[in-house]
Amino acid sequence: MSRTADLVIVGAGPAGMAAAVTARRHQLDVLVVDEQAAPGGQIWRDVEAVSCKPQAAFLGNAYHEGLAAVGRFRASGATYEPNTKVWQVEAGPRAFLTRDGAASSVKARSMLLATGAQERPVPFPGWTLPGVMTVGAAQIMLKTSGQVPVEPVWIAANGPLALLYAAQLLKMGGRIAGFLDTTPAIDVSATIPKLAAAAFAAPGDLLKGLGWIVNLRRHVPYIRHVARIEAFGTDRLERFRYETASGVAATVDAHLLLVHEGVVPSIHPTLSLGCVHNWLGGQDCFAPALDAWGETSEAGIFVAGDGGGIGGAAVASLRGEIAGLRIAARAGRISAVEAQAAAQPIRSRLKRALTARSFLDAFYRPRASIFVPADETIACRCEEVSVASIRAQAAIGRPGPNQIKASTRAGMGPCQGRQCSYTIASVLADAEGRQVPDIGLYRVRPPLKPLTLDELASLDDVGCPT
Amino acid sequence: MFRKLHDPEAEAVTVYIDGVPALAEANESAAAVLMRQGSPWARRTPVSNARRAPYCMMGVCFDCVATVDGVASVQTCLAPVHDGMRIDRQIGRRSVTP
Repeated sequence: MSRTADLVIVGAGPAGMAAAVTARRHQLDVLVVDEQAAPGGQIWRDVEAVSCKPQAAFLGNAYHEGLAAVGRFRASGATYEPNTKVWQVEAGPRAFLTRDGAASSVKARSMLLATGAQERPVPFPGWTLPGVMTVGAAQIMLKTSGQVPVEPVWIAANGPLALLYAAQLLKMGGRIAGFLDTTPAIDVSATIPKLAAAAFAAPGDLLKGLGWIVNLRRHVPYIRHVARIEAFGTDRLERFRYETASGVAATVDAHLLLVHEGVVPSIHPTLSLGCVHNWLGGQDCFAPALDAWGETSEAGIFVAGDGGGIGGAAVASLRGEIAGLRIAARAGRISAVEAQAAAQPIRSRLKRALTARSFLDAFYRPRASIFVPADETIACRCEEVSVASIRAQAAIGRPGPNQIKASTRAGMGPCQGRQCSYTIASVLADAEGRQVPDIGLYRVRPPLKPLTLDELASLDDVGCPT
Repeated sequence: MFRKLHDPEAEAVTVYIDGVPALAEANESAAAVLMRQGSPWARRTPVSNARRAPYCMMGVCFDCVATVDGVASVQTCLAPVHDGMRIDRQIGRRSVTP
């Protein structure tokens, strides 16, 4: 099946929904495809169903704000297709999808990739054992299943998400064995101007975060500047060892360890398109180069939300609205001047919303061992390739990520490098005395998500993708 | 490893994990159900036969893949459960005929 639309949006989080609402306001024909089962993205995951469940009372206002956003999206008249995987995007723009076991393609005048973020992979020895999970994963289960760890849980993390999860967990009657704060010691004076700016722009958010930390330190063993973690066990996590920057170490028995080191943009679609990407030094990640409207280097293909650089839900919504205006102008529904005028107040709000972010970025920088882990660490979870084997290859010539892929199979498993590409780039940079932005990431090729031959064969009426 | 805070009541469904019945709530993810079992893992890896459990719960890591209703390599974190769903832990590489 092949269809057309004025605008196809990939992802129904804050950015995708806001763009859809804006584009619909200008009468565009909008199709939104979403990997999840319901709109809301990760931040407002499944908010419609969850708001009627017992766990809803513990999730906080920021989560419930999602209900209104989803309501506006549902009322907008955009076509919404959940449980849909986008496995190829190409210039044109055109997207190839599968849903309910059948593939189809959509040709659109504009495409908006609102694919959000993923948690930054946290490699350390033993991180592949069952029982080591991300904080985000545990929070998703808390939201959608109303479930908490059975035993008091260990959390080793850096950044606001882990603090929020810990606060939610304690409120819900969950127990925390200890909080290992992996935030490195930083030169605090350097962050003071950013802190002042953040306090001015978003005093409420800052106070909320401070409240979480105070409450956590009052109720839970709290160990600062944890620099190294090593997990042990056969078939599942049995114990782990941590060590602080000043050399204080301990080994504890545990069945569950939750880890988190911030989030990075999901950029597989724009990488596969060959869009120009920039290195964001402040966030230690790549993001597609975007103009003031969110358009990539590929005409008609836009990015909004965390997929274009981490900013959070409020920033994502505003960027979605701005992209929606430009897309309406491209479709001839409003003039460029009208789009510019409508975008102006949104840009002012965006600037304000971004102020707090630069403080968070500076304060919650991940520790160095996240990027270049110990030799025995598995770098590629799928193909089980160790850091040591990457180093061994790096010693032969000066390979880039694609040579590493060919010689070790790192990045060739089903996750297609989503968990190892930054580790490979960082280990190569370290071994070769180069910088990560010069090394770059793997070449990403379709399918972006695995699909069966059956699904591929169901694409009968468009022939081979051209 | 995890426990549910509430009783699914009217939303309760039964799924079968390696043939063993387990209580679940309609539309929660199969991966979330796996994490409540006494033996919370989803697959054994093709390379070293090591056990793996869901890691990211948001469709990124592929460590939660299992055979769901006869289809191999399904990301269980993206698979909403329904009554009678069969979730079979996947051992090693997927085969064309499950």
